[in-house]
Amino acid sequence: MKEEARLMKGNEAFAHAAIRCGADGYFGYPITPQSEVMETLQILKPWETTGMVVLQAESEVSAINMVYAGASCGKMVLTSSSSPGVSLKQEGISYIAAGELPCLILNCMRGGPGLGTIQPSQADYFQSVKGGGHGDYHMIVLAPCSVQEMADFPSLAFELAFKYRNPVLMLTDGVVGQMMEKVVLPEQKPRRTMEEVVKQCPWATTGRMGRGNSNVMTTLELVPEKMEDRNTLLQKKYKLIEENEVRVEEYHLDDAEYAMVAFGSTARICKSACEILRAEGIKVGVLRPITLFPFPKKQISDLAKKVKGFLTVEMSAGQMVEDVRLVVNGAKPVEFYGRQGGMIPTAEEIAESFKAQLLKK
Amino acid sequence: MTREEIIKPENLVYGKTKVLTDNIMHYCPGCSHGVIHKIIAEVIEEMGIQDQTVGVAPVGCSVFAYNYIDVDFQEAAHGRAPALATAIKRLMPDKYVFTYQGDGDLAAIGTAETVHACNRGENIVIFFVNNGIYGMTGGQMAPTTLEGMKTATCPYGRNTDLYGFPLRISELLERVDGTCYITRQSVHKVANILKAKKAIRKAFENSMAGKGTSVIEFVSACNTGWKMTPIKANEWMEEHMFAKYPLGDIKDTEKKHYVENNINAR
Ligand SMILES: Cc1ncc(C[n+]2csc(CCOP(=O)(O)OP(=O)(O)O)c2C)c(N)n1
Ligand code: SF4
Ligand SMILES: [Mg+2]
Repeated sequence: MKEEARLMKGNEAFAHAAIRCGADGYFGYPITPQSEVMETLQILKPWETTGMVVLQAESEVSAINMVYAGASCGKMVLTSSSSPGVSLKQEGISYIAAGELPCLILNCMRGGPGLGTIQPSQADYFQSVKGGGHGDYHMIVLAPCSVQEMADFPSLAFELAFKYRNPVLMLTDGVVGQMMEKVVLPEQKPRRTMEEVVKQCPWATTGRMGRGNSNVMTTLELVPEKMEDRNTLLQKKYKLIEENEVRVEEYHLDDAEYAMVAFGSTARICKSACEILRAEGIKVGVLRPITLFPFPKKQISDLAKKVKGFLTVEMSAGQMVEDVRLVVNGAKPVEFYGRQGGMIPTAEEIAESFKAQLLKK
Repeated sequence: MTREEIIKPENLVYGKTKVLTDNIMHYCPGCSHGVIHKIIAEVIEEMGIQDQTVGVAPVGCSVFAYNYIDVDFQEAAHGRAPALATAIKRLMPDKYVFTYQGDGDLAAIGTAETVHACNRGENIVIFFVNNGIYGMTGGQMAPTTLEGMKTATCPYGRNTDLYGFPLRISELLERVDGTCYITRQSVHKVANILKAKKAIRKAFENSMAGKGTSVIEFVSACNTGWKMTPIKANEWMEEHMFAKYPLGDIKDTEKKHYVENNINAR
């Protein structure tokens, strides 16, 4: 039976969902605008019910390394933070990607660079989809736009993380983290038993447990030929992810003559802008990438054959727009509208910018 | 007597522990790391805990510890081993969990992870190899480098006005309430090796008894980094390192506050 809808913040929904998807451990460090995640977990005390470990680490560096270790044990572990904290996690994320470790990381973005602001932003797009830490690697990046998706995505994230043995980042922003909406929480799944963990992750460093040989989790390989092989395998995996895991939401694209491309909370504002423009008889639709890596290249290149032009809208100086332009490859104009530093664009602003840039009005 | 007559089980006076692999160690002849590996492996065998132990290797000369000590292992980023050990032990409290770290790893880049794991009283064992230098990267200054000691990055000798003082991290950790057992050992003589083995066993036992964090510092020789023969290095260590880092127990108590939260989580 489905539970009744409840009213809560995106961050709170994320915390509930983490427990309910059967996670084994959360490791975090407070930072606005996502501190409610750990606060909610501490109030819910899952160690008394599901047995999930919740630990406030001494830093984001430490927290992500705890995630590395937990994931190396085959456990379902996660962390959450916001932009400055996620910068600190980059070393650990690179190791996690190199070790091909399944885990979940939430970045509830705020404005930067530097200490920046505690207001929402989407300026960590490059960091999230292009690497961020050292080396050639990718995380799978999911971009929730509602409190409901904050509750639904952790389970999907862990499914993908274990399927591909890859870190999954949920990239959201202060708007989604802080706003209250109706949400139906997912059902409680049981945590896996140790036997199930060992079966699912025969590579895990659980102690030998009668295995007869030792498992080692390392990302070190001094022989360059072997290191290149490891890299090649990683790239193959990313290719497979690109082929199979693209997710988008399409809004009024069927008859659209123009398309807006936006993710997260900005996509919702674009929908309102779309309504304003449609009321004026301008046929606009919205493409919302739900996965930022893998990026919806095919969907966008198909659209490029259909529409007269694109407007990419972001709370940044223009980051995802570069990927849209790469795909469209000059076939149609790709314009950009953005606000920065914690400013949120209004639907009216977006509609005006659309008309000015694409209709030259 | 023939060879076959001599090689019989009843004639065995000493054997290599099976918790040590047959891989050829990459350590310089005279280095303390190999001996420390061996006695940790011996204690793991004697306690019968090979299948219940997870080790965490550092970045430093002992980065390949997992090639020699035959238990499940995780390789940490430089300095982060105590954070890894924290998570492993919290998620699997029935395992023996240890870190193995050099002085650069533990006392420089990983100081925060070390102090806070100890302060939370994580039920882990920290093996701390203090050779007063960064061995792996070619002999640069460590926080533990002695006053006046020459290294690649203080070629005229460590000047405390410029670079501060040799850091006595074990004395610092003694003040941290989560630690239960802190001892400084060495492995340059048989008598010391035997003492060190006892300490290792006690530390593992503490961790399973839930007493808190145990730290064993091994004052060690890096003859290559120190640019000395192995024998000279050991003499120099006795004369100079032991003066700053005296051997013996520094703390041996139950930790003051038990960590209640999460400790029984499985
Ligand atoms: C983040 C990072 N910084 C620097 C290094 C380079 N590095 C490798 S080992 C090491 C020092 C090791 O010294 P120590 O911990 O004393 O170990 P030893 O080799 O002496 O046993 C350094 C600085 C690294 N691998 N990672
Ligand atoms: S450089 Fe020093 S610490 Fe490293 S193996 Fe050689 S003697 Fe040992
Ligand atoms: Mg050293």
